[in-house]
Amino acid sequence: MTTTVQPTASRAAGGAGPLGTGSRFTRVLGIVVLVMVAFQLALALWWSPPELLQGQAVRLFYLHVPMAITGGYLAVGLLAVGSIGYLWKRTPFWDLLAASAGELALLFTGLTLLTGSLWGRPVWGTYWEWDPRLTLTAVLFLLLVGYRAMRNAITDPDVRARRSAVIGLLAAADVPLVRLSVDWWRGLHQTTTLNPLDPELDGLMLFTFFFSMVTFAALFLWLLVHRFRLAWLDEQVAAHGLQDAIAERRREAAPAPAAPSAAGEAPAPRVADPAVADAAGGAS
Amino acid sequence: MNATAYVAIGYGLSAIALITYTWRVLTRGRRVSAEVPEERRRWM
Repeated sequence: MTTTVQPTASRAAGGAGPLGTGSRFTRVLGIVVLVMVAFQLALALWWSPPELLQGQAVRLFYLHVPMAITGGYLAVGLLAVGSIGYLWKRTPFWDLLAASAGELALLFTGLTLLTGSLWGRPVWGTYWEWDPRLTLTAVLFLLLVGYRAMRNAITDPDVRARRSAVIGLLAAADVPLVRLSVDWWRGLHQTTTLNPLDPELDGLMLFTFFFSMVTFAALFLWLLVHRFRLAWLDEQVAAHGLQDAIAERRREAAPAPAAPSAAGEAPAPRVADPAVADAAGGAS
Repeated sequence: MNATAYVAIGYGLSAIALITYTWRVLTRGRRVSAEVPEERRRWM
């Protein structure tokens, strides 16, 4: 059942009400992100030099590492914050924050695995190796898939929020293992890519790396705001849609006050909308 | 395939994934927001 709400006067006149999930803040941030992405692409693909050992493949490094950090640390970190917040406060805000961050974590972690495989083929000679870090990142990806699947499978909002918060915390617990796996076990993946106190990269490559990190963080923030607002709107439709539809049907079913006819004629019969008549008949 | 081809595929697929996701979120947001009255659009 769907209900249609007529646009309000301010929206129809292009007034204060925002259309969609955009706002002044997201529009400004969106423009900044677009400029940053264009500059990042120019830096990563043209202006920065090829690396001595990796050659041109190093350009994937400017995509893979920022995505891994954005998806693994930033997005999963917010997923954990949202999950803990929900289990503590039990308010929809925290659940929707966790859901939005969880979806973005899934996107960025999936792209991390993809770009890592494409980087590994020319540098390691293989797309995939059961290396501890790669395996634990794949486990994180599967946990995030499970998180999404669980949210889609459960219809009761409280049960869904509670159970997905537990899965979200489980996914977050995997991140320290991913981070420390290169120190704990010997594998194919290199250890920490960049030590901030003693960076092995220098010059334009170092700048490109840090600029890519900031660009992906800004892109993540912009996407998160939009995704959170969409989740909030979905929640409002789910919570109030049925309530509004019932109220609307009651208003329609109530007998209209008989208008006095000057000529004493019977009022003209109302033409019933077949769709409304069907719905009312089906509901009774 | 040389390394440049892997770079092109990596950037190309990432761009497609991010643009598709963004487009879906924005268009769905426009559609759903039309169903929600302004007084319930908190966080907008």
